[in-house]
Amino acid sequence: MKTFGGPALFLDRSDINTDEIIPARYLTEISKTALQPHLLEDLLIDGRPFVHGSPAMKKARVIVSRKNFGCGSSREHAVWAFEVNAINLVIAESFARIFRQNMFNCGILAVELPGREIETLFALRGTVTIDVDLDKEILTACSSEAADPVKCGFSLNPFDKELIAAGGWLAYADQKY
Amino acid sequence: MGKTIAQKIFDAHLRDTPTPENMVLDLDVVMCHEITTPIAIMDLVDKNMDSVFDPAKIKAVIDHVTPAKDSKTAMQGKILRDWARRHNIVDFFDIGANGVCHALFPEKGFIRPGYTVIMGDSHTCTHGAFGAFAAGVGTTDLEVGIYKGVCSFRTPKTMRIVINGRVPKGVSAKDVILHILKQVTVGGGTDRIIEFTGEVVENFTMAQRMTLCNMAVEAGATSGICMPDAITAEYLWPFIEEEYSSLDDAVADFSRWHSDENAEYEQTLTVDVTSLVPQMTVGFKPDQVVDISEVEGGPVDQVYIGSCTNGRIEDLRDAAEILQGRKLAATVRGIVTPATPKVYSEALEEGILKIFIDAGFCVLNPTCGACLGMSSGVLAEGEICASTTNRNFNGRMGKGGMVHLMSPYSAAAAAVTGKITDPRKFLA
Repeated sequence: MKTFGGPALFLDRSDINTDEIIPARYLTEISKTALQPHLLEDLLIDGRPFVHGSPAMKKARVIVSRKNFGCGSSREHAVWAFEVNAINLVIAESFARIFRQNMFNCGILAVELPGREIETLFALRGTVTIDVDLDKEILTACSSEAADPVKCGFSLNPFDKELIAAGGWLAYADQKY
Repeated sequence: MGKTIAQKIFDAHLRDTPTPENMVLDLDVVMCHEITTPIAIMDLVDKNMDSVFDPAKIKAVIDHVTPAKDSKTAMQGKILRDWARRHNIVDFFDIGANGVCHALFPEKGFIRPGYTVIMGDSHTCTHGAFGAFAAGVGTTDLEVGIYKGVCSFRTPKTMRIVINGRVPKGVSAKDVILHILKQVTVGGGTDRIIEFTGEVVENFTMAQRMTLCNMAVEAGATSGICMPDAITAEYLWPFIEEEYSSLDDAVADFSRWHSDENAEYEQTLTVDVTSLVPQMTVGFKPDQVVDISEVEGGPVDQVYIGSCTNGRIEDLRDAAEILQGRKLAATVRGIVTPATPKVYSEALEEGILKIFIDAGFCVLNPTCGACLGMSSGVLAEGEICASTTNRNFNGRMGKGGMVHLMSPYSAAAAAVTGKITDPRKFLA
């Protein structure tokens, strides 16, 4: 099973689509690692291009965002682009269906939190590190500028949890069907 | 409590319910294209799982970049082509016979009422127009579909959209769906099926129903769906005439899929289109929709008519109605892409391509091409395209470009004036 958690990168926008996560011009690649430098290349935040490839982004192991994350194209390349950048956890208020399914199908985590808890995470200052206890279904966010960590309970669909444990949908389906 | 069409399809295909919220369905059709399938194929080969659950239920096409534009896209085509040959996938469509998947596969009669369909392409929801459950999926879902013939879903609810009234002249199915997207928003349909009903849908052609269902995913929906009826049966007749003694017989059989009168809907939205005016998007989300009259005169550098949304013969006829005897504005580039060889051939026979060419359009071969900025019409930074496609995301048609989604009428009107234009002024 993969490990989840680490330094967080905050993407403060709803409706971030998979074209922004990995533009179609890179869909001609047949190697997942070739996607690595292009993650979030066309992302707009507040109408302006997001500075992708920053040191903070390179260190990130967790993404925190808002509503309807990963909408648009079905391209699993969006999930792979996170994976090859060692990001195995996306936390958002809600996800688009295909992106969410692609995450669990790859054996990695898409966690939904209520808006007020997403707000609490966004309010953290400094460097934020988020760890996950999958068994207890608890996220712990530690900020370099706050003494006390923020803890949020979450609830995973039991089937999605089985996919994580199996290492993805192919391994699960191969065994079961 | 009655059932919706989607629930009836799920019941007929249920393989497993791993939890009360999840279902695993048997698949009738698994469709593949050269962008999202090669990595699935390579992974299956890598894992010693290179087999297909049923070659007759797999349909494959090279459509996104065709002809290949470079060595990488040539390799993607080769991987798909070699795989189709290796597994005796008869329904494989290569250059000369290929076209935009969601226009080509319906034309071939591959989609029937009550079917379950997946493809590694989000606009697979288009095929719901036939009364099928058709969902876009990622590469891993596609891979399992190819290998095992099943797919898992978090069981969707159904949102019903009742479309009433009369569609005015110069307004099309595209305007109707853009108008609906504005209300439902880009996340409003997540984990839902959108069932399109009402007198307008009942009178819509299959092409118009496909335009509606095509953009269901822009609201986040798992699939769009329409009730299969006499219009569906007529469209499919060449493919089903052996199975039914008459058209009426087919229609009666299709009706078993219809949602029951007392079916439960998570939500019902009623829309009257009688006073609807031409619509288009502004900004980078498909729900950012305005009346064209509000933004008339806005700049346009390129006009693109084509795609799985609006590249069918009916769409080309609409555009040609405005382009006939007119020329492209000097400041605009025009590109038309008939979505399939059949559409191309019909447009040729009907003189529609001549109208486009005389107007100054470039006629491309059937391909997805410019819609997602992969080939054949990529925008330069700062350029604006009036487009009949389905997505206006940042960078979609080229880095730094802007796409305004609109109907074929409206795109043709923009081509003639070189600006955003209400097309009704060109229509008697």
